[in-house]
Amino acid sequence: MKSRNFSYVRARSLRHAFDVLAEHGGDAVPIAGGQSLLPGLNMRLSAPKLLVDIGDLAELRGQSHAGEMIRLGALTRHAELLTSDLVQRHLPLLRQAAPHIGHVAIRNRGTLGGSLAYADPAAELPACAVALDATLVLGSVSGQREVKAEDFFTGLFETALRTGELITAVNFPVQTSATHAAFAELSRRHGDFALAGLAMIATTEGNRVREARIAYLGCADRAKIANSVAAALAGQQLPLRDDEALTHAVRADLSPEDTPGLRADTRLHMATVLTRRALNSLLEGTLA
Amino acid sequence: MSEVESAGEEDVAIEATLNGKPLKRRVKARQHLADFLRQELELTGTHLGCEHGICGACTVLIDGATARGCLTLAAQISGHSVETIEGLSDSGKLAELQAEFIARNAAQCGFCSSGMLLTAYELVCSGVRLSRSDIREVISGNMCRCTGYHAIVDAIEAVITRGAR
Repeated sequence: MKSRNFSYVRARSLRHAFDVLAEHGGDAVPIAGGQSLLPGLNMRLSAPKLLVDIGDLAELRGQSHAGEMIRLGALTRHAELLTSDLVQRHLPLLRQAAPHIGHVAIRNRGTLGGSLAYADPAAELPACAVALDATLVLGSVSGQREVKAEDFFTGLFETALRTGELITAVNFPVQTSATHAAFAELSRRHGDFALAGLAMIATTEGNRVREARIAYLGCADRAKIANSVAAALAGQQLPLRDDEALTHAVRADLSPEDTPGLRADTRLHMATVLTRRALNSLLEGTLA
Repeated sequence: MSEVESAGEEDVAIEATLNGKPLKRRVKARQHLADFLRQELELTGTHLGCEHGICGACTVLIDGATARGCLTLAAQISGHSVETIEGLSDSGKLAELQAEFIARNAAQCGFCSSGMLLTAYELVCSGVRLSRSDIREVISGNMCRCTGYHAIVDAIEAVITRGAR
């Protein structure tokens, strides 16, 4: 199908983008890579009056390392997560998650900021941002503010973004050698959205889990921290043999609904199995 | 305020490079790149299947990287370089791929072939030597409804192997 008619403006600067977005309010939608927005427009799931193209704004690009933070510009493309030395060295979770995002051509265009702003509950990067305790930098004509990833995702495709606001960058705490990252996902075909998956950052002491910070994808209305699972896993001996405590915790944290072709129960089972696999991969040092 | 007042047109002026030549046009804001190539420029080698980013038939190269023609607005290519199957055919690595596709009957009905070839082209040009399963992973975004995947992987593998020698 074809999208409905809309107008288009190419932002000449970040300031210009803020001005246009402020002027047009809810009628205007920013477009960067367009890899989630354009399928929705083509299928007429949404019909904005104006697209504001921020895809060429140099101000939204770039990767930098300052102190304990890695700052990735909002226009960082998924493909860059696979090739960036900074990401490889300091944010291995993103490096592990990136191959699961769409296909090569999608990863060449889609952006970090776009994926977070779209807030698909089955998408990889929102869960990673939450697990990594990232901070999103939001900008508008009124200035700049920072929002923790945990507080950014407020519901199904809903975020803390106000009208006229853009994600300009994301700050990720640097991962140290003491923290392990694991990403696991199950989808029917490669590149499909996840039926279930998780992003995990964990510390271990010998063969025991000390602390785990986990966010699931595809299992709730939004990416959020799984507190019960974290509590159930703390102090557990790896490899994990008994799933019972984990099963209860997963059920406490997640609230999937029955969908055509997949019962909520099945999804919860997948989430439990994937969690066990991700944990046990830490022990093998294969980092899932 | 002049900046804001100029915001939002249904016809957008673009200046880009298409298959190595300068392109200056006005395009409809809502028109995606694949429709623009096919309908306005009569470059019908770029095919259209699903129009929501699943099938890969509309694959083109933007600044040397594969992209979905149906998930890119024609307006977005301004300032960028686009290559289509027409621009790359019959020369260099693409010609090698075409020869291997023909030798192995890897192009059956031909519908996926232009997209499949461009995806393979990006891979071959990257110089990375990949296993068969890696090749399958790379072409997973291009559907062949003749299901000729084995022959396609064979053809791509042959070009990669030859390049590495």
